[in-house]
Amino acid sequence: MVSGQVIYEEEHDRLKDICDRLVRDALAKAIFVIDTDGQLVTETGETEDIDTTNFASLIAGSTAATGGIADMLGEDRFPVHFHEGDQNHIHVSVIQDALILVVIFDDRSSLGLVRLRVKRAYREMENVLNNMQNKQEDDDHEEPDIFDDISEEELDDLVNDTF
Amino acid sequence: MSFINYAQREIILKIVYYGPGLCGKTTNIKHIYQGTNPDARGKLVNLETQQERTLFFDFLPLSLPEIRGFKTRLHLYSVPGQVFYSKSRRLIMKGADGVIFIADSQRARREANRISMEDLKENLDFHGYDIDKIPFVIQYNKRDLDSAMPVEELRQDLNPEETYPDYKACAIAPEGPGVFETLKSVVKQILRELKKTS
Ligand SMILES: Nc1nc2c(ncn2[C@@H]2O[C@H](COP(=O)(O)OP(=O)(O)O)[C@@H](O)[C@H]2O)c(=O)[nH]1
Ligand SMILES: [Mg+2]
Repeated sequence: MVSGQVIYEEEHDRLKDICDRLVRDALAKAIFVIDTDGQLVTETGETEDIDTTNFASLIAGSTAATGGIADMLGEDRFPVHFHEGDQNHIHVSVIQDALILVVIFDDRSSLGLVRLRVKRAYREMENVLNNMQNKQEDDDHEEPDIFDDISEEELDDLVNDTF
Repeated sequence: MSFINYAQREIILKIVYYGPGLCGKTTNIKHIYQGTNPDARGKLVNLETQQERTLFFDFLPLSLPEIRGFKTRLHLYSVPGQVFYSKSRRLIMKGADGVIFIADSQRARREANRISMEDLKENLDFHGYDIDKIPFVIQYNKRDLDSAMPVEELRQDLNPEETYPDYKACAIAPEGPGVFETLKSVVKQILRELKKTS
């Protein structure tokens, strides 16, 4: 049974709104929301120079590894971690083991400000997440019908056209 | 565990290359990278140690042509094979839509193949997957080597009932026979599975 994570337009837009505000309030460079399996959910700010797909998979990998370290120390998780660079810093928070909120900032902002602003955004994202989970439990039938009437030949073409 | 983003109109499928250390997982992914149209592929990430052993994972994003207005993207991951990385293997398996097991055909790696297959089953189990339900393909790699075991013997060890599609491959060769066949096979299984549940 393949039943995975679904992001509906409504929740996507709400997450995006929260990020758009957070990027301004925290004076951040860029913000990403990534699901813990490594897929990008939404992004905002100065993201042009970043390969967002790879960025998302590496953040999810390092977050998972950090979780593994927490486990070894008898902690449930490290819900927040921070990477300090010369110019760019990254603040990472894990929301209910499902989403990862990543804030990239430089010296226009500060860790204190980012922390403060993330707190509020975090709570709002938790709400969105709860909504999303309820929705997914409610209407299982709202699965995509994209592949419903696809034929064997079309499947063949799809993979053969690519490789 | 496909990831469907209605806002972006895309479906992301996660495919994991599994197998003992040095069986050729990274080589498979590099070959796929080289053989794919630049428009259809993203950047290849290799997290390797100085000894060229995969430390954490390899990662390659690919896109299939649009269908019904939706983009299908494939995210290929490989797990580090060494026994001592068992934790990171388990982490990478999370959310996988399909698995490719690469076996090393060399007789000296016979036991390593078997251990890795057992390890895979345990990790799938950990995430609540059933190996007989998740799209799964086996590849017998390094067919070019003199020390390669006959396919029948490998099959006896790893796929005795021929439950899973299996392919012979030589990932190191410039044409990389078997490499794309293996990938296509698992992708088709996943898409068929999506069709069933939708
Ligand atoms: N002879 C031969 N060598 C191979 C083949 N595929 C991979 N190798 C070699 O096996 C070694 C390990 O490959 P690698 O892809 O790094 O293994 P991984 O640990 O599974 O990622 C490298 O030296 C490769 O060049 C193959 O088909 N034939
Ligand atoms: Mg490798």
